[in-house]
Amino acid sequence: MIWLSWRQFRLQAIVAGAALVAVAIALAVTGPHLAAVFNSNGLATCRVGCDTDASNFINQLRGSATELIFYGGIVVMCVVPALIGIFWGAPLVARELESGTFRLAWNQSVPRARWIAVKLGLIGLAAMATAGLLSLMTSWWASPIYQASLKASGNGLSVNKLAPPLFGATGIAPVGYAAFAFALGVTAGVLIRRTIPAMAVTLAVFVGVQILMPLAIQPHLIPPVHVTAPFNANQANEIMITSPGNTMTVVGNFSRPGAWILSDQSIRPSGRVFTGPATSACLSTSAPPQECNNWLNSQHLRQLISYQPASRFWPLQWLELGIYLILAAGLGWLCVWQVRRRRA
Amino acid sequence: MTAAIETRGLGKQYGRKWALTDCTLSIPAGHVVGLVGPNGAGKTTLINLSTGMLAPTTGSLAVLGNTPASGPGQLARVAYVAQDTPTYSGMSVEDHLRFGAHMNPAWDNDLALKRVQQLGLDLKQKAGKLSGGQRAQLALTLGIAKRPELLMLDEPIASLDPLARREFLQILMEATAEQELSVVMSSHLVADLERVADYLIVLVASRVQVAGEVDKLLATHHLLTGPRRDAAAFPAGQEVITESHTDRQSTFLVRSNEPIRDPAWSVTSLGLEDLVLAYMGSAKAGSAFPMLEGTR
Repeated sequence: MIWLSWRQFRLQAIVAGAALVAVAIALAVTGPHLAAVFNSNGLATCRVGCDTDASNFINQLRGSATELIFYGGIVVMCVVPALIGIFWGAPLVARELESGTFRLAWNQSVPRARWIAVKLGLIGLAAMATAGLLSLMTSWWASPIYQASLKASGNGLSVNKLAPPLFGATGIAPVGYAAFAFALGVTAGVLIRRTIPAMAVTLAVFVGVQILMPLAIQPHLIPPVHVTAPFNANQANEIMITSPGNTMTVVGNFSRPGAWILSDQSIRPSGRVFTGPATSACLSTSAPPQECNNWLNSQHLRQLISYQPASRFWPLQWLELGIYLILAAGLGWLCVWQVRRRRA
Repeated sequence: MTAAIETRGLGKQYGRKWALTDCTLSIPAGHVVGLVGPNGAGKTTLINLSTGMLAPTTGSLAVLGNTPASGPGQLARVAYVAQDTPTYSGMSVEDHLRFGAHMNPAWDNDLALKRVQQLGLDLKQKAGKLSGGQRAQLALTLGIAKRPELLMLDEPIASLDPLARREFLQILMEATAEQELSVVMSSHLVADLERVADYLIVLVASRVQVAGEVDKLLATHHLLTGPRRDAAAFPAGQEVITESHTDRQSTFLVRSNEPIRDPAWSVTSLGLEDLVLAYMGSAKAGSAFPMLEGTR
């Protein structure tokens, strides 16, 4: 059974191996340059008040090939599990059902349940290893950028490892995604029995889950931290007036490097969300901005923030991995059950 | 001796359609059994049930005394060459032999290699590039080298040209001669079965119309032609299978263990194909003739 699994998976394994080697070479060649830029900005030794160093570092990367590689790496990490589901998972059983070779495979001396279980196990492990290695390599390569993001207290840095899509492109979560996508593909193939439709369904369901998870489930895996702070218009991040109606949206300054801000609202003392209306001091183009700030400060607004602190990166990663592995195991069980039952 | 296949009230339903209904039969071991019947008679369904590819909706069946595909042991005892003889098109002939060796504990690699050489197949050739006949031969080789007790073939030669058919059947005959092997082979072409089968089962609309050893079947069926007469007039022990009449003349196909001695008849023996066609025809006409139980 192991021989057969390998023989039928050989081509995909070689393609995946070659891709991994290519990525490894590209990252190994460009990685030292990134680290050098990081060090030249003094970030390696900076402990506190590193805002300027960090933003210098980021500015130096803007528009460079390094930035392109960074975002390319994120795209690859998001796409690879889907590719595994589509090209490893979906055809695994569907192709046998489509071409009639399942009649050959299932009439040897190996029971069907073992046939599917061994294939699921071995190729599932290969899928997880592929995603894990890729994540390891890209995370290693991008670690200067992540370190800088944690050292910058301001919000000038848009890189946040805890928030999507970076969260799913680093750490151990991709291992879970790969396992899930593979099991999803096999299941779709078993149920639909045709390769191409199974591929399409795999892609659609996987993308759906990958959108739903960070929107609806991920923020609440661990109850977020809530803080209330007085609103200071002089340090506000954003003051926006929308006309007509002159409604105002104000966002205060809140600094937790690496935190994933889930909601940030400014509320009146009554507990209602502050929406204006803006007074003339804020609307007039001739009045100095300070007048508007003074008026805002007289409103005694408070900031209500809920967020996931940066320290929760690994707990959230483990939870994410666990959820996806459980989903994958459930689908795997469904496949074994269906193949045992499938009679044709 | 345990029957190769024994079914009781076997039925299989797909959605609302029954592919096989109330099928009770016993296929003895140690024969090359031809399972013949028109398309849609339930031959493939019966074979798929026997290999465990399908689960019965009603009734029960035992293959070599056991539930089909009930475990590695049972799987090893039964080989199945499916319709259209599937092989992995991307795998070479050699890989298929490796496949057989890895998937079957009793695999006889010498036998497999001998067959492949005899067939003149190139070990490096991909199965997808073989001709239909060669692919069928490869599938048969996999079935034989597995060293099963029962080999089932579902219309293995239906899509082959006459020469490939002949070669395929020849290999099959050699294998049955060399190995202690029961064979059940379905076909809707009697001429193909005539060459190899020593036992025949005619299946029409899920029902066994006639079953028995070919020699015995041929010896006990007679075609009678004579002056017009009624079917009811035949003595006990002479069973009318089909009848046809003109104004003056009657023709009967009669089954009788005794020779027909009535001088009024001109008696001719008939070939297997005519015999099978007669049974198929009588079943199709929905005639009131009793279903014949197979001789055991």
